[in-house]
Amino acid sequence: MAETIDFSDGRAEFRRGMRRAWPVIIAASPFGLLYGAIAVENGLTVAETVLMSATVYAGASQMVGIELFGDNIAPWVVVLSIFAVNFRHVLYSAVSGRATRHWSSLKRYFAFFFLVDPQFAEAERRVAERRPITFAWYMGLALPIYLFWVGVALIGALFGKLIPNPEALGIDFLLPIYFLGLVMEFRERPLWLPVVVVSAVVSTAAYYTVGSPWHVSIGAVAGILLAVIMPPPAAAEVEIAHEKLDRAVI
Amino acid sequence: MTSTVWIILAGALATYLTRIGGDLVLSRFERIHPRVEAALNAVPAAVLTTLVAPVATTGGIPETASLLVAGAIFLRGGGMMAGFVAGAVVLIALRNFVG
Repeated sequence: MAETIDFSDGRAEFRRGMRRAWPVIIAASPFGLLYGAIAVENGLTVAETVLMSATVYAGASQMVGIELFGDNIAPWVVVLSIFAVNFRHVLYSAVSGRATRHWSSLKRYFAFFFLVDPQFAEAERRVAERRPITFAWYMGLALPIYLFWVGVALIGALFGKLIPNPEALGIDFLLPIYFLGLVMEFRERPLWLPVVVVSAVVSTAAYYTVGSPWHVSIGAVAGILLAVIMPPPAAAEVEIAHEKLDRAVI
Repeated sequence: MTSTVWIILAGALATYLTRIGGDLVLSRFERIHPRVEAALNAVPAAVLTTLVAPVATTGGIPETASLLVAGAIFLRGGGMMAGFVAGAVVLIALRNFVG
């Protein structure tokens, strides 16, 4: 199947990436809209609200950031909090870096600005499909998601007061549903179930003991450690998959 | 510029560093040990799970029901959109008509 696709056709690859962007946009837009509304409510200007979506580009940490802005908290604490919430991206970067080793460093460090949760998940799905991650495909996925994210922040900032009751609309809980879907997409992977169970239990325990946002890093590390200590017959398969991928790469 | 703008830009820089940090470290190694490979392979499930599980325990009936319905559809291979929309419908319906 993969053999019939011309991965060197940049435009076609860009369009293929775009096709995968729409579900992400539908799931994330309500949240981005809500962010814009709350940011202005918390005293940010419309310009600052949009700037944050355009530069930080990470929903959960933006929410944390605007909560702290309102409370007269030291700037470095706000920055550290954003860093803590986003720390999981270090892991994404390590994984996606390996899958895009055929790009120039410049391309990679440009592209990884856009490495949000669904971007990473879609890239990993493509690896699982034994298809190479081309730069055109990656940007075809990234740009629509990014432009919509910034756009809905602006709309939320301008018209947020018109949203009657975000809770009744379920906006606050749409992303967890979406993330559950992303988790399930990886269920064919070796050790998937034990990793999910350990991450779920440990992150939940950490959530109630250590607190947010550390539960994300703690839970993730627990799941990853499990994969490290389990005897890996599966790792050999992955190695083969990566070799196949390297050969398929243009 | 206001201090808010500076904080936003510093937060953006911190976020960008997390997005290139893992690759900056890992790209220094020619060979990846199989155990590291296993670790990298577990990253999607391990990290994304932490964005769902704790939140799932804080919700009431609408939240739990929406995750169960969506999860069942995902599990049966119903696809991302079908599961997501079904979960959203259950959530909104229960919040408005039950809760």
